[in-house]
Amino acid sequence: MVEQRPLLAIAAHIILLLGVAMVAFPVWITFVGASHEAERMLQSPIPMWPGDQFFVNFRQTMWGSGLEGTQTAPVYMMLFNSLVMAMMIAIGKIAISLLSAFAIVYFKFPFRMGFFWMIFITLMLPVEVRILPTFEVVADLGMLNSYWGLTVPLIASATATFMFRQVFLTIPDEMLESARIDGAGPMRFFWDILIPLSRTNIAALFVILFIYGWNQYLWPLLITTDTEMMTIVVSIKQMLEAAEQSPQWNIIMMTALLAMLPPILVVIGMQKLFVKGLTETDK
Amino acid sequence: MANISLNSLTKKYGSTEVLHHIEAEIEDGEFVVIVGPSGCGKSTLLRMVAGLESVTSGDVMIGGNRVNDLEPANRDIAMVFQNYALYPHMSVRQNMAYGLKIRGKPKEEITRRVEEAADILEIGAYLDRKPRQLSGGQRQRVAMGRAIVRDPQVFLFDEPLSNLDAKLRVQMRLEIRKLQKRLGVTSIFVTHDQVEAMTLGDRLMVLNGGYVEQFGTPIELYERPASVFVAGFIGSPAMNFIAGHSDGGDLILPGGAKIRTNLSRKADILVGIRPEHLVRNDEDGAISMQVEVLEHLGGVTLLHGPLEGSDQQIVASLNGISVVEVGETVRFDAPERALHLFDPATEKRIEA
Repeated sequence: MVEQRPLLAIAAHIILLLGVAMVAFPVWITFVGASHEAERMLQSPIPMWPGDQFFVNFRQTMWGSGLEGTQTAPVYMMLFNSLVMAMMIAIGKIAISLLSAFAIVYFKFPFRMGFFWMIFITLMLPVEVRILPTFEVVADLGMLNSYWGLTVPLIASATATFMFRQVFLTIPDEMLESARIDGAGPMRFFWDILIPLSRTNIAALFVILFIYGWNQYLWPLLITTDTEMMTIVVSIKQMLEAAEQSPQWNIIMMTALLAMLPPILVVIGMQKLFVKGLTETDK
Repeated sequence: MANISLNSLTKKYGSTEVLHHIEAEIEDGEFVVIVGPSGCGKSTLLRMVAGLESVTSGDVMIGGNRVNDLEPANRDIAMVFQNYALYPHMSVRQNMAYGLKIRGKPKEEITRRVEEAADILEIGAYLDRKPRQLSGGQRQRVAMGRAIVRDPQVFLFDEPLSNLDAKLRVQMRLEIRKLQKRLGVTSIFVTHDQVEAMTLGDRLMVLNGGYVEQFGTPIELYERPASVFVAGFIGSPAMNFIAGHSDGGDLILPGGAKIRTNLSRKADILVGIRPEHLVRNDEDGAISMQVEVLEHLGGVTLLHGPLEGSDQQIVASLNGISVVEVGETVRFDAPERALHLFDPATEKRIEA
């Protein structure tokens, strides 16, 4: 669209700038808060410019015992827990969905469409809806306070299965037939042809699922009672309510900053593949 | 190298029978083209030979072995698809080597065979490119290369030329023909294009509605079509069909024109004559037409118009640039040996 109306351009820019400010300002405050002493954050007005305590706070948050006077685990441990959880969820979801989509698209077996719709219906049952029975099951299996307990109930994914099904359906049948004539068995075809052809879609899904896994709040809150197993997203809320003292904003802000970092890194690192995977249709 | 026999080959989808007891013997090294309109079952037949479709009843024999229950990979065949089906994420070299790699051939042998095939097809320069970096004609060559690198007993082609532009299609047609003669591999080629069929095949199988209408050399099909369908399908422009009858000596056409034949019985007859076999004779030609449309193609001139005394449209083809005006009445002789007589009820050829 080419428009030659300066007023419109100015108005559009103002709206865009407001949008940027709305997103960026809280992040800036977080960064500023993470760089002052605890006392400074309790005085009004709160500072707008970074202080000189950033690295001190960083060290204390990352490797220290976190908040003074509480038993939260050091943040590096929670970062690690979150990372393991997000990776297990993302990789587990992708692996299971790839295989189930492969079965549904390329194999003829009894009740094939029945299974497809069963998977599809689970879209209506996210973990929040089935939280009590799922908790019961996980508890009975003795998976409380474990990585498996954190991730397994979240792994089955109708969305990803459905997406891979659509991706596989766009791959021409001749590709399979050609591979059959070349002598490739089903799993060979899966590894040599299907996976490379869905590479960009896998990457795009990985980004989305990693962030989904990283941002999990309710489930980890229920399943982890041990401070050693706590994830970083849950811990921020815990820190706010820690003990009977005023919140230590510098540490909390630093933790929030650290919690934001991995998703950003994943998005930046996989940006090209991500965009390709969501937009490219040509196979 | 191998011969192929199809014995009473039948295919059903549910209760719908799409191929009816196909019988054919294809000799070692022969190039057979299966031709027919879309939906006639020609691709299904080819895919049954390839093993991509199951056989409902009857047998597919390759080199004397019954292959009905063998996987495509174990039939020692190679297939070229209409859309080429190259693996988009592999280079040309990897595409060609994939089948050999799966069969566990040693690396040196794979390299040697890929390079030999690339030499034959003159694609050596693109071996390390991806399929999407190639033009349609080059992809076509790679698809051929993938077939010949395996050195199979049988080549199967499923309309491999229909995605190319007209000029390239003619060129590739010749190349496929030359390559097949040079390698001497038994081949089956499916197409809906009768010119492609006529120029490529040693023999043509004309398929219509799941039945073999005729199986013979291009010349046989042109000179002695076994049915109205074959007569109309082979040759361009298509044969003229005129509904007439025989009075036991003469053929009488609508409008009263008479042609002498030695057909002795009295019957309704569907008379076929090819546009190029009408000989202009303005004095006493038996068939006359009023020209409605003229098509000057340079080499030939096509005259379209109704047969005099009826509303039957016919086409005549005259050599060179003919001086004819629209509206003019032109007369033709129809030599008896150029006439094809068919029974209007069965649509089969009547031998005079």
